[in-house]
Amino acid sequence: MIAIRFHGRGGQGVVTAAELLSMAAFADGKHAQAFPSFGSERMGAPVMAFCRIDSKTIRTREAVTHPDMLIVQDPTLLHQVEIFSGLSPDGYVLINSTFSLAELGIGDFLKSMPPGHVCVVPASDIGVKHMRHPIANTPLLGAFAGITGVIALESVQSAMRQKFSGALGEANAAAAQDGYDHVIASLAREGSGLHHARTT
Amino acid sequence: MRAQLEGSQAVAEAIVLCRPEVIAAYPISPQTHIVERLSRMVKQGDVGRCQYLNVESEFGALSVLIGASAAGARTYTATTSQGLLFMAEAVYNAAGLGLPIVMTIANRAVGAPINIWNDHSDSMALRDAGWIQLYAETNQEAADLHIQAFRLAEELSCPVMVCMDGYILTHAYEPVDLPDQASVDAFLPAFSPVQLLDPSEPISIGAMVGPEAFTEVKYLAHQQHLRALTLVQDISDSFERQFHRQSGGLCTGYRMTDADTIVIALGSVIGTIQEAVDGLRNEGIAVGCLKISCYRPFPSQQIRAALESSSRVIVVEKDLAVGMGGIVSADVRMALNGLHIPVHTVIAGLGGRSISTESLKQMVRDVRAERLSEPHFLDLNLRVVDEELARRREQRRAGPLAEQVIRAVNAIGTKVV
Repeated sequence: MIAIRFHGRGGQGVVTAAELLSMAAFADGKHAQAFPSFGSERMGAPVMAFCRIDSKTIRTREAVTHPDMLIVQDPTLLHQVEIFSGLSPDGYVLINSTFSLAELGIGDFLKSMPPGHVCVVPASDIGVKHMRHPIANTPLLGAFAGITGVIALESVQSAMRQKFSGALGEANAAAAQDGYDHVIASLAREGSGLHHARTT
Repeated sequence: MRAQLEGSQAVAEAIVLCRPEVIAAYPISPQTHIVERLSRMVKQGDVGRCQYLNVESEFGALSVLIGASAAGARTYTATTSQGLLFMAEAVYNAAGLGLPIVMTIANRAVGAPINIWNDHSDSMALRDAGWIQLYAETNQEAADLHIQAFRLAEELSCPVMVCMDGYILTHAYEPVDLPDQASVDAFLPAFSPVQLLDPSEPISIGAMVGPEAFTEVKYLAHQQHLRALTLVQDISDSFERQFHRQSGGLCTGYRMTDADTIVIALGSVIGTIQEAVDGLRNEGIAVGCLKISCYRPFPSQQIRAALESSSRVIVVEKDLAVGMGGIVSADVRMALNGLHIPVHTVIAGLGGRSISTESLKQMVRDVRAERLSEPHFLDLNLRVVDEELARRREQRRAGPLAEQVIRAVNAIGTKVV
């Protein structure tokens, strides 16, 4: 089983991201579960959402305290919330930012992670390019497909087309493609290649 | 068709498959997604001739349905928490009048302190209002139980609450297989009321009943609930024959063979308990799990039969009878009357606290080693509790309790979960 924890703020589509990922995993023939950890719903308040992906029925309902993967949609949370709490030492991290890990002040903290497991993605910029709004969740899901290989990019895109009809679905699918391409290119530059997660 | 759906969507679509004629509801988290979707589907004309009424309150919602149901309409509503308590008077009336209304409870804590997250305080508060209460383990079961609930309600002339954990189920995306319209129609015949307000054949229902007959009316209501025990199981069996999956029924065991310790619970925590049971079995601990799907009427005989060869029982419950302890545990103890099997109460998941597999496993080890007090509060933050008790001993006007506890918890440090 792979457990993913999403961090962001109310209004950024954090819950939608987890839902979309579960839909993509379902489309890929896997079992998946997504659920939010809501506060009182306020724009801008820290929000978490969870997704589990497995090859068999998922029974547990507990919050994800030991994630295999973290997706951070809002880098201003990095030093406010215990984002990295419980992260698996060979897990994966995706952060929405145009800064480097060093500039974000977490370079040293994450240097023990395996090569090719941590990537910064300019997801808000990708969102602006395709949707004229800094929508970071769907580019990061494309990046998820790229960095973990757990879900096919096509499945991620088909979930987006299912959730958002017409042009909006296409724009999100294109943003996911850019997120995916960014991860592949930046890991190639890093020379680390891809170290894909176990599939279940 | 099997699809990855939000629990609220699965329930809304299951309700539409049941061809309701009147829906009245007032939105309240975490029930909102269910009624929002239903109102949209009614407006789009996807629900036949169904009428959706926007009402001013939960009391109004159920009052509308009492009238509509008495006039022969298949009726549905959904609520939670303070909303359920606000409609409480009408909840008793619907049962007393024998009206087969189906209501979803998106289980949520009851304030104060205000809390929008899951536990069973709301439906437990109205457990003895005369409604049948079914609890769903998964979103598949939640969808299935609604289809069974209409048949049960209408065969018995008794309202049914389908309880599903707020957020944990209502807001969870997971695979759900929704049946097609033709098979639901085959399972659930059109509503043929046993009592009907009809101007051409006038009757009145809801007469005042004095001391000379009130006991008899109540006795018959009790007998009707006991008959429901048979019908709940029959309808679940009939559902399984038609749809090829087990949903609902009275109670269901998991790894019960040779289990000396049996953990009992209601609702979505069953899955997490099963994970804990598997883990403990791997450690050589003979533990099993019993899910109660039908809580009212209470299947005492079936529960007694399932537990009688065990040496201890642990009831994990998401509610608290303040000043007494566990609510479900008290019923289980009564079911085990005379058997000398200890029943331990574990209060867990209050106000949305996550119940972890690890905490459950440690709790079972602790119960077996007789290390726990009674009742036990799972993952209670004793440091905060002791600090607050000490502060209150020193200061008479120590301030409002909830605010002080929040301050103490935040001082210790914000946890991710």
